[in-house]
Amino acid sequence: MAALTPAPIAGNASSAPGRKERPRAWRVVVLALAAVYFLVPMAASFWFTVDDPQGFSLDAYGQIFSAPGFASSLLLSLALAVATIAVVLLLALPAMLAVRLGAPRLRPVLEVVCTLPLVVPPITFVAGIGTVLRFGPEYLATTPFYQTIIALQNPDFPVVLVLAYVVLALPYVYRSLDAGLRAIDVRTLVEAARNCGASWPHVMFRVIVPNLRSALAGASFLTLALVLGEFTVARLLSFQPFPVWIVYISGSQAQVSVAVSLFSLLLTWLVLLAVSLAGRNRS
Amino acid sequence: MSRPVSTASVPVPGRNRKSSRGWIATAPLLAFVAVVFGAPLVVLLGGTFVRQGRFTGENLAESLQGAYLTALIGSVKLSATVAVLGTVLGVFLAQAVVASRLRQAVLTASGVLANFGGVPLAFAWIATLGNSGVVTRALGLGEHGWSLYNFWGLTLVYLYFSVPLTVLVVTPALDGLRPQWREAALNNGASAWQYWRYVGVPVLAPSLLGAVVLLFGSAFAAYATAAAMVGTTVPLVTLQIANALTGNVLIGHENVALALSLDMIVVAGLVMAVYLPLQRRSARWLR
Repeated sequence: MAALTPAPIAGNASSAPGRKERPRAWRVVVLALAAVYFLVPMAASFWFTVDDPQGFSLDAYGQIFSAPGFASSLLLSLALAVATIAVVLLLALPAMLAVRLGAPRLRPVLEVVCTLPLVVPPITFVAGIGTVLRFGPEYLATTPFYQTIIALQNPDFPVVLVLAYVVLALPYVYRSLDAGLRAIDVRTLVEAARNCGASWPHVMFRVIVPNLRSALAGASFLTLALVLGEFTVARLLSFQPFPVWIVYISGSQAQVSVAVSLFSLLLTWLVLLAVSLAGRNRS
Repeated sequence: MSRPVSTASVPVPGRNRKSSRGWIATAPLLAFVAVVFGAPLVVLLGGTFVRQGRFTGENLAESLQGAYLTALIGSVKLSATVAVLGTVLGVFLAQAVVASRLRQAVLTASGVLANFGGVPLAFAWIATLGNSGVVTRALGLGEHGWSLYNFWGLTLVYLYFSVPLTVLVVTPALDGLRPQWREAALNNGASAWQYWRYVGVPVLAPSLLGAVVLLFGSAFAAYATAAAMVGTTVPLVTLQIANALTGNVLIGHENVALALSLDMIVVAGLVMAVYLPLQRRSARWLR
C-alpha cells in the first residue's frame, strides 16, 4: 500500500487507484449522453437515406452517381484541392525554411501573417474579394489586368478560388509544418548536406522533404479536407464545386442530398483519420 | 569619418547577404498574402465608407441599425450561448474520459468531429430532427411544436462541432492538473467541491476562457450550416452579408455588406485579442 504513493494516510491514498476500478456514476451518465448526442444524428441520417415506402433500399446511394452535376462538381473540388495544396506548400515551405536558416527576424512576421486568416471570418474575406472582382474591371478596363481578372473567374477552373483557399489553408499548413520543422534539426541537416556538396534543389528534395514527410502529408490532408468542405467562398462567388452542388441538389432530391452528405463526411473523416495516424507515427 | 565606415563595412555585407537570401524565399509568400488577402481587406475598408461615389459614414451607420443590428446581436447571442454551453459540456466530457481507457478513442473522434461543419452537418441534423426527420417522426415531436429551424435548434447543431473542439483544447490542460495537488487538498481536509473551486478551476481558467473564445469565433464565422438549415428565419450577420452580397439590397446600398463585414471583423478581432494573451498565461502552469 505504502509503495503506491508517498502520501502518509493510507485511506486517502487508495482513492486514486480506486477511482479507476469502478467508474463513477456521473462519468457513465456523461458518456452515455455524449454517445446519444453524437451517434443518433449519424444513425438517423443513414436511416433517412435507406428508408423507403417499400422498406430498406440503397437507391439513394446509387442515385448519387447518376445525379446531374455530381461528377463535374466533385472533379472540380478535387482539382481545386490539388492546385491549392501545390501552391500553399510551394509558398509556405521555402519561407518557413528561410526564417529558420537565414532571417530569424522575419519569423514573428511570418507567424502573424499565417495566423491572420483565422481572425477574419471567411464571409468577410469573400465580401472583399467579390468587391475587387466587381470593381476591378471598371477601373482596369483599358489595361491588361482586365483580362487577368476575367481569366481568374473562368467557371471551368476558377483560379480565384485557389487563391482564396490558399489563404484559408495557410494557418493550418503553417501549424503542421512548424511542428514538423521543430522535430528535426534543420540547420544541421542543411549545413551537412551543403558541406557534402549538395545543391540547393538537392537539399530541398532529398534532405528536407523526406524528413518532413509526415508534416507535409498532414498539411496536404488538412488542406484537402478544407477544400472539399468549403462552401462560403464558392457559393458567394457563384461557382459550383461539391459542397455548393449538395445544396443545389437538396432542392429536388432530399434523400440523395443527405446520402451525399454522409458520403462526403465519410470522405473527410478518412482524410482526417489519415492525418491523426500520420501524426501519431511521427511521435 | 572613414574609420567607422571601414569597421562597419566588414560585417554588414555578410549579414546583408544572408538576410537577403531569407527575404528572397519569404517574399513570394508575403507578396501573395499581401495581394490576395490584403487587397480585399483594403477594398473592404475603403468601400465601407463609400456610397454612390462619395465618402460617407452612412453605410456603417446603416449596418448598426434595424434588421442589420438585430442580426449582429443575434449572431453574438448565438455564438456566446454556444461558446458557454460548449465549454461546460466539453469540460465534463473531457474530464470523464481523461483518465479512462476510452481516452484515445474519444480524442481521435473529437479531432474528426471538430472539423465536421458546413453543409453536411446541416443536412445530417435536418434528416434527424427536421420537420420530416427520422427522430421527429418516430417520437411525434411535430405535434408538440418542435422545430429545428430556430435559435435553439442552431445551438444544438453548432454544439455538435463545438463540444469536440473543447475536448481537444482542454484535455492538455486537464492533463496538467497534477494528482499531487488533489492529494494535497484532500489531505488538508478539502472536499471535492472545494478542490475544484479553489484549485482546479482557477488553474484551468485560462484554457477554459481560451475554449470559450475559440468556440465563439467559430460559431460567429459559421455561414454554411446556418444557410443550409434556417435560410433567413434566424437573424444572423453572416446571412445578412450573404443576402446583401447577392444583390438583395436597395440600389446604392450595396456597400452595406462591406460595412457589416467590417463590424464582424471588429468583433472577431476583439475576441481574438482576448484569446492570445490568455494562451500565454495558461502555458505557464501547463508545462
